[in-house]
Amino acid sequence: MRPRTLVLAVLAGGGVAALMWTGFAPITSPSRDELFEIPKGTWARRMSGDKVDILPNRIRLTLGLRDTLVLRNLDDVPQIFGPTLMMPGQSFRLPFEKASEYQFACTAHASGQMTIVVEPNPATPWAKIRWRVRGLIHNIG
Amino acid sequence: MSCRALTALITSLLLTASAAANDAPALKAGVFSPARQAPDFSLQGSDGRELKLSRYRGKVVVVGFGFTSCPDVCPTTLATLAAARRELGAAAADVQVVYVTVDYERDVPERMKKYLSAFDTTFVGGSGSAAQLAAVRKDYGISAEKKQYGDSYTYAHSSFTYLIDRGGRIRALMPYGHSPDDYAHDLAILLKE
Repeated sequence: MRPRTLVLAVLAGGGVAALMWTGFAPITSPSRDELFEIPKGTWARRMSGDKVDILPNRIRLTLGLRDTLVLRNLDDVPQIFGPTLMMPGQSFRLPFEKASEYQFACTAHASGQMTIVVEPNPATPWAKIRWRVRGLIHNIG
Repeated sequence: MSCRALTALITSLLLTASAAANDAPALKAGVFSPARQAPDFSLQGSDGRELKLSRYRGKVVVVGFGFTSCPDVCPTTLATLAAARRELGAAAADVQVVYVTVDYERDVPERMKKYLSAFDTTFVGGSGSAAQLAAVRKDYGISAEKKQYGDSYTYAHSSFTYLIDRGGRIRALMPYGHSPDDYAHDLAILLKE
C-alpha cells in the first residue's frame, strides 16, 4: 500500500471511529444545572446606562442531562430575573421533567418573553451527534 | 464550653441541617433559596372581608395573579388548583388559594366571588384600586400589560403561581402548565412541614 493511500485509510478509519463514538457513546453531564448569575454591580451598571444582558431570549435544556434552570442574584438589590423577582443573594432552581417549549413573561427582555426549550434526552445516534455538535459549537462560540 | 467544643457543636449542627436539606423531597416547582417572607397586602376579599395574606398564616397558600375575563391561562390554572385540592382530600383544608386580579376595572369582589366559586368555593379573590394592585404586583415581581382590542381589552400577565409555606415564606414558583398531580405533590410536601 502506498504511503498516501495508507494516510487516507487511517484518516477515513479515524473519521468513522469518531462518528461511531459521537453517535453511540453514552452522553453524561457533570451537572444538570444551567446556571445564570446576576453579578454584583449589575444594577449600578444599568443605572449608568450600560446594556447588560444576562439571560438569553431562548434557553435550550435537555432532559436528563441539563434540565434544571438555576438563577442566582449576586447583586445588592432585588432584580427581576427571568420569570421572577429575586432578592439579593437568592437563588432559584427550576427543574423540568417534560420536553416542551415553555414561555415566561420576562420584563428584562425587549420581547417581554423568555422561552425555554426543553428537548428530549438524545437517545438515537443522530440525536446524540446533533447534541454533541451543538455543544461543541456552543463551547467554541 | 471551650472554643473547640463550640466549633465542633456548630459544625455538627450545620452538617445535620445540610443533611436534612439534602434529604428534603424535591418539589416539582422552582424553589427559592433562601425562601423570603411573602410580602403582606391588604385588598378587598371576594368573601367580603379584608384580604390579608397574614390571615392565612399556618396554612399553605397558593397565590396567583390573573383576571376573570382571561380566556385561557386563568381558567386552566384555577381548574388545575381545584383538581389538586380534590386530590389532597381532607388535607386540602389547610391549603388556601388566593387569586389577585390584575384587572381593577372589571374585577370587583362580587364578580371575583362568582367566578372563583365556579372552580372551588374556598378560593378567595383579591380586588383593589389600580395603585393597590400595582403595589402588590411589584412586591411579587408580577407583570401585567393591558392590551386594547377594539372596545374591549385583555391582559398579558405572569402565569405562574407562588407556593407559600405555613410560616408565610415564598418557597416555590410553579410555572403555568403543571398538572394537578404536580401541585398535589408539592402541596403535600409543604403541608407535612
